[in-house]
Amino acid sequence: MDPLTNLQNGGWLPVVFLALMGVAMLAYVVLDGYDLGVGILLRRANGADGTNSANSTNADIEKDIMISSIGPFWDANETWLVLGVGILLVAFPMAHGVILGELYLPVALMLLGLMLRGVAFDFRVKARAAHKHLWNNAFYAGSVLASFSQGVMLGLYITGFKNGWAEYGFAIITGLCLCAGYALLGAGWLIMKTEGALQQRAVRWALGSLWFTGAGIAAISIVTPLVSARIFEKWFALPNLFLLMPVPAATAVLFFVIDRALRRLPKRLSEGNEYGAWVPFACTVGIFILAFYGLAYSLFPYLVVDKIDIWQAASAPESLKIILVGAVVVLPAILGYTIYAYRVFWGKARALTYY
Amino acid sequence: MDPILLARAQFGANITFHILFPTISIAMGWVLLFFKLRFNATNNAKWMDAYKFWVKIFALTFALGVVSGITMSFQFGTNWPGYMQTVGNIAGPLLAYEVMTAFFLEASFLGIMLFGTNRVSNRTHTIATLLVAGGTTLSAFWIIALNSWMHTPAGFEMIAGKAHAVDWFQIIFNPSFPYRLTHMLLASGLTVSFLIAGISAYRWQRNDRNPSVMAALKTGITLAAVLIPLQIMAGDAHGLNTLKYQPAKVAAMEGLWETEKGAPSLLFAIPNEKTRSNDFAIGIPKLTSLVLTHELDGEVKGLNEFKGKHPPVAPLFWAFRIMVGTGMLMLSVSWFSVWQIRKRGAPAPWLARALVGMTFAGWVATVAGWYVTEIGRQPYLVYGVLKTVDAASAIPSAMIASTFIMYLLLYAALTVAYVTVIFHLARKAQYPAASGASHMPTPALNGNFQPAKK
Repeated sequence: MDPLTNLQNGGWLPVVFLALMGVAMLAYVVLDGYDLGVGILLRRANGADGTNSANSTNADIEKDIMISSIGPFWDANETWLVLGVGILLVAFPMAHGVILGELYLPVALMLLGLMLRGVAFDFRVKARAAHKHLWNNAFYAGSVLASFSQGVMLGLYITGFKNGWAEYGFAIITGLCLCAGYALLGAGWLIMKTEGALQQRAVRWALGSLWFTGAGIAAISIVTPLVSARIFEKWFALPNLFLLMPVPAATAVLFFVIDRALRRLPKRLSEGNEYGAWVPFACTVGIFILAFYGLAYSLFPYLVVDKIDIWQAASAPESLKIILVGAVVVLPAILGYTIYAYRVFWGKARALTYY
Repeated sequence: MDPILLARAQFGANITFHILFPTISIAMGWVLLFFKLRFNATNNAKWMDAYKFWVKIFALTFALGVVSGITMSFQFGTNWPGYMQTVGNIAGPLLAYEVMTAFFLEASFLGIMLFGTNRVSNRTHTIATLLVAGGTTLSAFWIIALNSWMHTPAGFEMIAGKAHAVDWFQIIFNPSFPYRLTHMLLASGLTVSFLIAGISAYRWQRNDRNPSVMAALKTGITLAAVLIPLQIMAGDAHGLNTLKYQPAKVAAMEGLWETEKGAPSLLFAIPNEKTRSNDFAIGIPKLTSLVLTHELDGEVKGLNEFKGKHPPVAPLFWAFRIMVGTGMLMLSVSWFSVWQIRKRGAPAPWLARALVGMTFAGWVATVAGWYVTEIGRQPYLVYGVLKTVDAASAIPSAMIASTFIMYLLLYAALTVAYVTVIFHLARKAQYPAASGASHMPTPALNGNFQPAKK
């Protein structure tokens, strides 16, 4: 059936919920993305003396600053995942079962990673000092595992859960590239939130992960249309090809803007000039939004590529309505106090000012 | 192995691990608010010291609750796809409201509560504490509403095998909801009061004479002494409610096979499902009838009335006794502690040891209680509506088993780490920050709390 007929028969509620879910997932990817990225970069924390052994005090201080830059936010950031998966669960229960059943193993590994990362936040400063480096390692390993698993899930999802070596290979590539993408977000975050040597190193980390991120987005852009003739048609039939051209074009521009900013920042920052320190982070967020848009455009209206569409999977309208009423009231409030929390912790992160 | 049993064991392990932490964070938010308000009112530094010590444990507990809770939102779908497909129209909105009204509220203000003391005013910090406490409680409200609905479903109709909501007020305030919510909130309060009393007694034992230790100890035992009689009454009322809606569960809790007038209350027995009778039963005559019907010779229905439709007897029978036994122990220890500390101004060494031993008594009672109620709902997932068997997924046993082992190892390690770190924090609090050289007990911290940089 074509989408328009569906819209008339199946109603507009599933579309609204798809949009809500998309916003929640995008918010999660961007917000927890920088948290996970900082976690991925944690092992690169370095003392000013150039050592990075577990016991080096300087490296330890740097790790503390890195983690305290995300400490007040990670909890709320992770809640967007609960909201996204929650909407999938409550609005599209049939798809929730199918998708998470197919992704059972990577989901379990992601949860393992998120658990390790989440508890390490607290344990690393509360457990015995001698155990701190173990929890630092857990923080790093948890962040990497969660990011990689999410990338693998994305890869398997795009290829429609087909089992084959090519699909698995692709999923591993998306897993690695999402790690790079998160590292880019995390490095961008650190450029804004830190100072001095750590900030300079964050610029180098961002440069290191920039082109891996680009490769990942290119790989996804090439593979997605090949998976389904329908998606190919959506992108490459005329006039769509020209109408959609701005999406990849803008993405490419953003990559070059980031690259240029990162090459100019070291000198500027070393002179104490923070001008443009926000550019890499903001442009990375832009890239994620564009990539997300492209993916959403490809998949719509399907929740499982070419198999289950949103109308087939949706819950009863009376239940969706009651959730929507709540969402309309509550989401602005959430937005309000999220902005408030970011304002309270605005500015450079200080070494742990616990309680 | 049977995949359904594996899926249940895995889900049971996850939810058991999860409930340990919300049980603490729900009530501890309010205790922290109490400490904070006492400080605001008296300006006595001991209350702020107590706040600063316990907020660390709160943060740790909260983090564990969050990460184990995320697992749940995935396992609803992976382990029980039939659940959402059948009752998703009811469960969905309740879960959505929990996420939207509670999770974001508590998670956003937690950051300010933990790290914001020198970035916001004292007043705003107090409000942040209030919002976090309110958020955790609101979260309990929604999830208990859903859980209670699974026990006593109301306000819905079945259309083509799917539940559809008819009356949301009836769905939320279903017949067992007020009892279960009260019982759970009191359980949370008791768990926290024994945790605070136990850790404070531990610090006292180690000659930590910071005034905040005694303040917290008194708060803990007083709270326990007040809550435990309320909990016994709430538990009794909840039991009567269960008798009305799930008589088979009550019969299994009491180990009562035949319908009886003047049924005894069994202190010990080994329920035997094969012979459908109890081995080695010792009981107090007529007590069960008295408790459940408020008459010595009242009739109580036995398990044989529900053949094939009642839950497994032994786990319920034992879990129920563990819960009640722990409750009785809590009653005697808390009342005796209040009496002794009022009289002597300090706990005797043996009492301090007993309190330390009971630090996590609340966990034992809470988990045992949840096993009674959840195993007691079997063979149903939603009582009378959906059987557990029909909600299970087709995920291969091997995959469930391997992730199950992974989860179990992780949960065991994290539980051990959690308990160890709490005692470690208690020891560390004795000495002023990082000046490990001094082994003198901390003197009373002087001066007022200042929302300035440390």
